[in-house]
Amino acid sequence: MTVRIANAAGFLGDNVDAPRRLVEAAEVDFLTLEYLAELTLSIMARQRQKDPQSGYARDLLDVTESLIPAFQQQQQLHLVTNGGGLNPVACARAVAGIFAAADLGEASIGVVTGDDLSGNIQQLQQDGCVFENLDTGEPLSSLSQPIISANAYLGAEPIAAALDDGARIVLTGRVADAALCVGPAVHRYSWAWDDWNRLSAASVAGHVIECGAQATGGYATEWDGFQLEDVGYPIAELAEDGSSIITKPTGTGGTVNRRTVSEQIVYEIGDPRQYMTPDVVIDFTSVELEEVGADRVKITVAGGNPAPDSYKVSLAYADGFTASGQLLVYGSDCIAKAKKAAEIIFARLTQAGVEFEETYCELLGVGDGVPGVHAEPESATEVMMRLSVRDPRRKAVSRFAKELAPLITSGPAGLAGYAQGRPQVRPVFAYWPTLVPKSAVEASVSVRTASEWNQ
Amino acid sequence: MAASITTSFTLGQIATARSGDKGNHANIGVVAKSLAAYEYLEQELTEERVAEYFASLGANKVVRFELPKIQAFNFLLHNCLGGGASRSLRIDTQGKLLGTAISQMPLPAPEDVSALIDAV
Repeated sequence: MTVRIANAAGFLGDNVDAPRRLVEAAEVDFLTLEYLAELTLSIMARQRQKDPQSGYARDLLDVTESLIPAFQQQQQLHLVTNGGGLNPVACARAVAGIFAAADLGEASIGVVTGDDLSGNIQQLQQDGCVFENLDTGEPLSSLSQPIISANAYLGAEPIAAALDDGARIVLTGRVADAALCVGPAVHRYSWAWDDWNRLSAASVAGHVIECGAQATGGYATEWDGFQLEDVGYPIAELAEDGSSIITKPTGTGGTVNRRTVSEQIVYEIGDPRQYMTPDVVIDFTSVELEEVGADRVKITVAGGNPAPDSYKVSLAYADGFTASGQLLVYGSDCIAKAKKAAEIIFARLTQAGVEFEETYCELLGVGDGVPGVHAEPESATEVMMRLSVRDPRRKAVSRFAKELAPLITSGPAGLAGYAQGRPQVRPVFAYWPTLVPKSAVEASVSVRTASEWNQ
Repeated sequence: MAASITTSFTLGQIATARSGDKGNHANIGVVAKSLAAYEYLEQELTEERVAEYFASLGANKVVRFELPKIQAFNFLLHNCLGGGASRSLRIDTQGKLLGTAISQMPLPAPEDVSALIDAV
């Protein structure tokens, strides 16, 4: 027997039909949905400022609606997601309302909180926590800009606790992505929290499935021919010894082979021997892969090392404003013409007395996606001129946003694309990676029925 | 120095790649298509060569890690994303394109190219 853990969302913005399609095509025990990229929580923080009842993954509500028939028909199905974002309680109430309305009011919903440190930062600093920037070594006290969000990456323990308590749905804020997989595994197999080898193995499975279809042929170098239009999302069949088989629902598109899984193993990691999670330190060099059937790859992991005594914290601070706008430049002279058009725009801004901390011009179509790696061609049929600015002053960035359209009548011939309107001014959230002692963070678990959450 | 794309032997013939971000660092995973290809890349796909190929991105450090059991490498390019995340003004704020770019990286042609490619 194995426990079947699937993932059908790799980020907020992933395919909203994928969760429903997955549970319709395969019986899984735990459906996980991963919604929180590094800066997603800072965007949610802005939303919660405007509306105290927001600040979670809104897509989750439509997804929950779509999963109701499966929850009614499949008794084994559980949902574990970090879509609670910055407001897991408000999220639980909204999800509970959907369950209650579908006569599933008895379903238990577990909410994990405690990751949000934004209200405790000052107190923790007074208590001696320096929050040293892991990249620069600077203490947080040197930061002058306002902190937007600060969340510890919690581990799998509170998720397992909620499941042990009977939760059918577990909603969390920031947790390590792999914890969405490790929590259900520990709940099912009752592994000890110092069983480093098994925790490491389950974490590797979690790492492979956490980005959804990136494990099943999406984003793969050899994607062509993988039938991605109905790509199946990944399922980890996790055994009691921690080994797993990565697969996908039968009859779906995509491909699971050694290379699609290998590419995902080395995705967004640093030192593979010391991949830190709150539950275990993974040694990815101990991972072995074996193709054991069509679209079935077995993962065995030889080793894991004791968990660190601190949590990683994703802290975001406001760092001014940015805007980007683009115009299509056409004609055999388009490269030179685009450069000249950019010069005209920035010269006019200088004349208007507007300066920026940073400006940038890209000519998309002639290699600027990875600037400078390939020599610029001598000519092109057309290029997309993309201009961007960043500055602490919103007013300066707003002024930039007004400077593209005037080129319609006062710039070179052969430019198009004004119909998109003025570029949008967006806040910049900068990232301050740091640590907090585990002893300074208290994860809480609250499990109630949907009817109770809905009151 | 911009690399020539006319070189006949490129990494993509014997390996696949995937890239992403770690703050302002980019990571590029390279998966060899065969053991022979892995051993060749162990010699030829050096930190220095990768750093030179991506020199225009301004990385201040390039580190290679080996994962021999899955015949893969992980390259970490420090501080090469123009600020990373929402701060970078580049269209590719997260270094997603670097995997495709490295696939086109020219490498010295081995004495017997077919031995590496046929082994795939």
